[in-house]
Amino acid sequence: MIADFNPALILVLGAFLLPLLPKAARGWGNVALPVLGLAQMLLLGKGEWGQIEFLGYQLVTMRIDHLSFVWGLIFFIAAFLGALYAKHVDDVLQHVAGSVYAGAAIGAAFSGDLVTLFVWWELTAISSVFLIWARRTERAYQVGMRYLIIQVASGVILLGGLLVHAHEVGSIAFEHLGLDGLGGKIIFVAFGIKCAFPFLHNWLQDAYPEATVTGTVILSAFTTKLAVYALARGYAGEDILIWIGATMTAFPIFFAVMENDLRRVLSYSLNNQLGFMVVGVGLGTELALNGTAAHAFSHILYKALLFMAMGAVLHRVGTIKASELGGLYKSMPKTAFFCIIGSMSISAFPLFSGFISKSMVMTAAAAEHHTIVWLVLLLASAGVMDHSGIKIPYFAFFAHDSGKRCEEAPANMLWAMGIAAALCIGIGVYPAPLYAILPFAVDYAPYTTSHVITQLQLLMFSALAFGVLVRSGLYPPELRSTHLDFDWTYRKLLPAAWRRAAPAVAAARDAGEQRGIALAKRAIAALFQLHGPQGILARTAASGAMGLLALIALAGGLFLFLN
Amino acid sequence: MSAPQKDGEKSYWLDKKSNVDLIWWLVVAACAVLFAADFFYEKYTHFYFEEWHGFYTVYGFIAYCCIVLTAKQLRKLLKRDEDYYDR
Repeated sequence: MIADFNPALILVLGAFLLPLLPKAARGWGNVALPVLGLAQMLLLGKGEWGQIEFLGYQLVTMRIDHLSFVWGLIFFIAAFLGALYAKHVDDVLQHVAGSVYAGAAIGAAFSGDLVTLFVWWELTAISSVFLIWARRTERAYQVGMRYLIIQVASGVILLGGLLVHAHEVGSIAFEHLGLDGLGGKIIFVAFGIKCAFPFLHNWLQDAYPEATVTGTVILSAFTTKLAVYALARGYAGEDILIWIGATMTAFPIFFAVMENDLRRVLSYSLNNQLGFMVVGVGLGTELALNGTAAHAFSHILYKALLFMAMGAVLHRVGTIKASELGGLYKSMPKTAFFCIIGSMSISAFPLFSGFISKSMVMTAAAAEHHTIVWLVLLLASAGVMDHSGIKIPYFAFFAHDSGKRCEEAPANMLWAMGIAAALCIGIGVYPAPLYAILPFAVDYAPYTTSHVITQLQLLMFSALAFGVLVRSGLYPPELRSTHLDFDWTYRKLLPAAWRRAAPAVAAARDAGEQRGIALAKRAIAALFQLHGPQGILARTAASGAMGLLALIALAGGLFLFLN
Repeated sequence: MSAPQKDGEKSYWLDKKSNVDLIWWLVVAACAVLFAADFFYEKYTHFYFEEWHGFYTVYGFIAYCCIVLTAKQLRKLLKRDEDYYDR
């Protein structure tokens, strides 16, 4: 029993032991849980466990195979880095929520059937919202509610889809689902919400920047990449994903350029990186799916690193608005250094992790002759260079000196950033171990002369363009602002429309009520006429008249009979 | 990057405008080298236009400018006050 214990449960159940520990030990206990979980996962190896009969269906509560192994591994590493980064936090709620959330994401990735997936899927929603609410402000409460409604809705849609799917095909196995059946289509929407598809994406940019300093780092790793995994498992090779993914790489760039809150910039950037993974799933070739898995792996590391660096700034300075920052390299040189490593990784400079993973998706798109998609991805790569490669480190640590001076980040934060940075470079310089665990055998060499030079050309000429725009004063300044995105429809337009429509609706309701009452009154009056004290049907007659009536009837009958 | 120098604070290398200019000229030089590099190796390509000399350099430069300048124009349409949603 212990031998095949689900490693996800080590995080979920272990989390509830944390409050029992002495205060000083809670942070370390939280760091230890992912280590234990990872050890258990590696001891288990690959296979399927926990087969249970459930209402005539076969549950497989744990499946570690060529695909889920990659996600399990990176999720444990992310949980470890997140816990280390948050070790100093004196708020046991955040430790518990973070650990349960990470465990739920791992449990979901290891689900072999849709019912188990649904249970873990909802647990990720319910546990993660506490990382937002832990800020304990009115604003965080409202953001958390919006986030929770959308996340739980995704789960409810998944449940509806799986019921239809089970009815259609008679199986709840979490294998390729496809878009042929109705159930498959419904589940696709549920995954799409968590994957932040265009128009379903706003929960991400709304919620992540409003979570706690450490909460955002943990949030950034799991939900969306779990959705990418679910898509890779259920919808590999569905063409529509190529176009959805390409759109995702492109449109968030513009918002990332405009946005002032640097953690929100990173949230748009996250959305854009998901696009590359979704394109890979849509292409569905072995190279493309390897690219998706590899990119999810390296993305989780550099995105966490960037969120950690911005979190450290928020922690020390108290704001993360680009318009208020600048010159912080003087106060936080180590954080600035690690941030630049994250920036170079996400921009996919040679020798950094993004280079060896993103290029697999790009090459796969080119190999399938998707010219337009490929050009969009290349445009998006130049965009990444701006918002994450340059804007994040430049406006936080350099640009004009804001005059703000603070302490360097706490030691545990620096260690977490340092380990993440080391992994970013390690994977970039020596990708072989990562390639070895990818779902399919890798026949791909990232370091060709062609690839290194063309990539450097793209990135350095983007940097050149940045220089030209800044030096000529054309580069847009950072302004205190909000930018409207699609969530405007449900945060402003619909409520406003409702407010405007409400009086008319109320008036219509009142008019309807009046008409109903009038009708009822008329009906009552009619009944009264017939059945009331003076009503024709309520009159009484003398018994003699009744006898006469009976006599006439009998006589009539006799007369008819005799004829 | 000229800084509002705090009293008694040490002066940093990047505080000098000439050093910032130096970085700029290094980027320009790197770009010149990379543009010339296309002469000296055989490019492995999937699309015919990749073979054009300096395709990635021109595409990178123009894509970057288009993104930033488009976003700048989009601001006119989409920018609101910071407390827009709180009102």
